Amino acid sequence: MVEEEGFRRYIAHAILWIGIAIVAFPVYIAIVASTQDNALIANGQMSLLPGGHFFEVYYQTIFVGTSGSTREPVGNMMLNSLVMALAIAIGKIAISIISAYAIVYFRFPFRMPIFWIIFITLMLPVEVRIYPTYKIVADLHMLDSYAGLALPLIASATATLLFRQFFMTVPDELLEASRIDGAGPLRFFWDTLLPLSRTNMAALFVILFILGWNQYLWPLLITTRDDMQTIQVGIRKMITTTDALTEWPIVMATAVLAMLPPVFVVVVMQKLFVRGLVETEK
Amino acid sequence: MANVTLRNVRKTYTGGFEAIKGVNVDVADGQFCVLVGPSGCGKSTLLRMVAGLETVTGGEIDIGGRVVNEIEPADRDIAMVFQNYALYPHMTVYNNMAYGLRNRGMKEAEVKSRVEEAARVLELTPMLERKPRQLSGGQRQRVAMGRAIVRQPKVFLFDEPLSNLDAKLRISMRVEIRKLQRRLNVTSIYVTHDQLEAMTLADILVVMNGGQVEQVGNPLAIYEKPATTFVASFIGAPPMNLMSARTEDITSQLGGSAGEAGILGIRPEDFVITDQTPSGGVALGLTVEAIERVGAETFVYGSRAQDEQRVAATPGELPPGEVIVRIPGTQAPAVGARIRVAAVRQKLHLFSGDGRTRIEA
Repeated sequence: MVEEEGFRRYIAHAILWIGIAIVAFPVYIAIVASTQDNALIANGQMSLLPGGHFFEVYYQTIFVGTSGSTREPVGNMMLNSLVMALAIAIGKIAISIISAYAIVYFRFPFRMPIFWIIFITLMLPVEVRIYPTYKIVADLHMLDSYAGLALPLIASATATLLFRQFFMTVPDELLEASRIDGAGPLRFFWDTLLPLSRTNMAALFVILFILGWNQYLWPLLITTRDDMQTIQVGIRKMITTTDALTEWPIVMATAVLAMLPPVFVVVVMQKLFVRGLVETEK
Repeated sequence: MANVTLRNVRKTYTGGFEAIKGVNVDVADGQFCVLVGPSGCGKSTLLRMVAGLETVTGGEIDIGGRVVNEIEPADRDIAMVFQNYALYPHMTVYNNMAYGLRNRGMKEAEVKSRVEEAARVLELTPMLERKPRQLSGGQRQRVAMGRAIVRQPKVFLFDEPLSNLDAKLRISMRVEIRKLQRRLNVTSIYVTHDQLEAMTLADILVVMNGGQVEQVGNPLAIYEKPATTFVASFIGAPPMNLMSARTEDITSQLGGSAGEAGILGIRPEDFVITDQTPSGGVALGLTVEAIERVGAETFVYGSRAQDEQRVAATPGELPPGEVIVRIPGTQAPAVGARIRVAAVRQKLHLFSGDGRTRIEA
């Protein structure tokens, strides 16, 4: 990195600060708004400094919910979202690492066609195949269930490809040394390949968890009961009210709460995440 | 302890490429066998076939009286040291060595005593808890050796184990390997492209070229009596000078017995700078083109003078007309000087015109 001297450095810093402000200001507003009185916000007199209602707003949000549109406590929504996001992230990693292992290390008939079929599903995002997927989930009586929320999103071409690429960089000699050391296919997978993939799995987990957490369209379609609602769907429902004021402090508190788990995951796994993206332990 | 016998071993890839064209080698119990040859000659493939990492498409591989063609690598009772060591990067040195033993269901106490014994022999005891990436190249190499010796296998297989080390370490590890093998007295097969490694390590040397064995035997015997011009130019550094000679020249100069000869070979160290022509020997007039002084000896690169050219062209590794002469010490003629070199009859090697047959005079 080049160290600039004097004046030029201040310009660089100023630009960076402006960038940070642009990104951070909406977040700040959300936090501030979640601590204010709803009447003030509705009047358009919202202060830019935090108000005094922090505890009561968050208590109501997490344990009670809004008084209007959806009377579901956000705590429950978070639980739903968490279960879905974890199931998607862990399920995707488990399924794709196994399929990548099969594709890279085993010679079976139609290996390449199968690989290409997996590859082609990359071109079909959830939105495109949403009607058939919905039909299948409905026929399997999985509407309004965790299985229905997570299962259809678990198959992942991206993660399979990623693991395939990683496995192909693992030196063949490791496999050969394992064979000579008396390790069969399962042992090699468990004792050597999984530990080596640790950082990749962590990086993938961060990405997939956030992807799962932020799902909107699919949960909106297949959940009708309020107690199966995810937080992203819940926020939307809170904003549209027909005959009452939108309870903005609660909406904002929900938004802030919705941000926390992804932030938490990123912060906790950042080190592994970066390592997984840039280097491999070989 | 076991002998290893290869009977007419062949390897043909599905594309039809024949990598190994029928190899017969017999390694006796406790012998150190070195496979040497240029890259692509099939020596590594052959070793991997013995290990069971490559299928055998013809012939038989016999380890200790048991044909192992269809037997899994783990059940062949062999241990292998790979060129890039192939250590498990996520395991400690201890676990790297213990892994194969545990997979065989050995008791932990026995695993511990074997690993600690190997670590002691290889001076790895202080590093047992480290990961491979925290070790130097030479230490990794020793861990790879340790992983092989804890198994107490019938046969050690080495696939160019020293080629990733620097020159100095390579020499000391070479000696280590040799001492270790002597002490453990385990049959070993070792692949290298370095003829010096091959000469110094081998009890029995197998020179390979193009998927075939060119010559098998004691390294010094091969050096003294190379069976083909390929072996002659591959074993020994700098390579033997090879000159194609007219048959009538050879018969008149060297006696009628060499009637078939077409190629004359003389090692650089067998030349002497002298004006006399030894009876029955060969003398050449050279113009000195370059001098290499390496301390204990000096290499003189000369080109044969046209008027004295009794030989037409030079097959083998040297450019046409170039001759290398090795002389002891640092005394050397100046570049551009004309010198005469001679070699006595006993030091001449004669080969048939195609280089495939040695002719004993």
